[in-house]
Amino acid sequence: MSKKTLLNSKEIHIILHRLACQLIENHNSFEKTVVIGIQPRGVHLAKRLVSILQNDYNISKVKLGQLDITFYRDDFRRREAPLEASKTTIDFIIEGKNVVFIDDVLYSGRSIRAALTAIQSFGRPENIELLVLIDRRFSRHLPIQPDYTGRQVDVINKEKVTVHWKENDKKDAVYIINN
Amino acid sequence: MSQLSVQHLLGIKHLKVTDIDLIFKTANHFKEVINRPIKKVPSLRDITIANLFFENSTRTKLSFELAEKRLSADIINFSASQSSVKKGETLIDTANNILSMKVDIIVMRHPNVGACDFLSKNVHAKIINAGDGTHEHPTQALLDSYSIREKLGTVKDKKIVIIGDILHSRVALSNIYALKLQGAEVKVCGPKTLIPKHIESLGVSIEYSLKKALDWCDVANVLRVQNERMKINYFPSTREYSQLFGINKKILDSLDKKIVIMHPGPINRGVEITSDVADADQSIILNQVENGVAIRMAVIYLLAQQIVQ
Repeated sequence: MSKKTLLNSKEIHIILHRLACQLIENHNSFEKTVVIGIQPRGVHLAKRLVSILQNDYNISKVKLGQLDITFYRDDFRRREAPLEASKTTIDFIIEGKNVVFIDDVLYSGRSIRAALTAIQSFGRPENIELLVLIDRRFSRHLPIQPDYTGRQVDVINKEKVTVHWKENDKKDAVYIINN
Repeated sequence: MSQLSVQHLLGIKHLKVTDIDLIFKTANHFKEVINRPIKKVPSLRDITIANLFFENSTRTKLSFELAEKRLSADIINFSASQSSVKKGETLIDTANNILSMKVDIIVMRHPNVGACDFLSKNVHAKIINAGDGTHEHPTQALLDSYSIREKLGTVKDKKIVIIGDILHSRVALSNIYALKLQGAEVKVCGPKTLIPKHIESLGVSIEYSLKKALDWCDVANVLRVQNERMKINYFPSTREYSQLFGINKKILDSLDKKIVIMHPGPINRGVEITSDVADADQSIILNQVENGVAIRMAVIYLLAQQIVQ
């Protein structure tokens, strides 16, 4: 197994600030916008972005939710290991709001398809955007593309991209792992 | 662990404590789902479930049906009163005919003990026991334990008394297994004629005085008097039963603590418990009903995960 560092902590820091600025350009004070982290790994990124928006750019009261998509996946019973659900926490109204989905890696697009179905259970948003830290180009199974991208990478299918966050994994880093 | 250790849900007797934990954890997610504006997930859209009810049922059947619909499964309902069973068809033939319609899961209630066990060995489908005779009613016991855990934080070391018609109750047996497995202390309380012989061998003690039982317990799980199952008189009169074993506000107020009141329903108001007790804030009867849907969604979801397409 080989492990290559794609992004280090400093690069992630710069990218997160750039993504936060791009969000501000489009959503201004976030009055009509809500941020939804896709469980499990998108939530870390969403929390980090909201923290930057609040602490570095003084945008208070950004609404942050967590959406679990387990029950909406199309690979139920097609996986070797059974799916385990995470927590969904959306304690605000999304009807008529601009929703920004946040996920760490965009690969096949199936998770986002499931998220698009899942969010309908909470009402009809005005529109939905997608922000990802890593966009694995050329590996999409569905016609889904991000609106905000941290870094685009071209990796072959048997390679895996993993994102580590200092809250969980001691340091921020993105690796490409070849099994 | 994210998979059940059993292939069917025939009774609590076959479950491990890790299975119960997994069911409860999954039910937590489904409880959140059923409180959303749109209370439905598409997980089981390729699964067909047959509800085979050979015995009357209102709330269990409704609860299962709702759970199946909330998971987007296709369902067919079968009642023995309107079926070929009346014409002499055997259980296996009935089940196999239904399975020929490509059914994946059978939810069955049957008046005979062991009917679900028998079916699980003879037909190729997942079987969920929705009550077999006076034997087991596993989903009811699961939702009862789940409701206790929700109200008191844990079941372990809690003192729980099951009151009433233990002899004819499938809820009692499943509850005893589930509560003991989770480390609760369990007593049964009722008229001598309605306490089965050798029940102590299940690790429970017997208390014939309602007042003493209530003084001891944290939770009183009150059972319905199952008049329809009684072929002889087990107590002189309903009036006497309610005087000796009925729970009213007066007896609850005489306790030096606030105990939790449960009842699997349907309630015979004024017999097992009075209306003011059933509707009191210490009663979690309606929470049990709500939790029933989430628990049944969890059980169906977890068993469906084992079905290979």
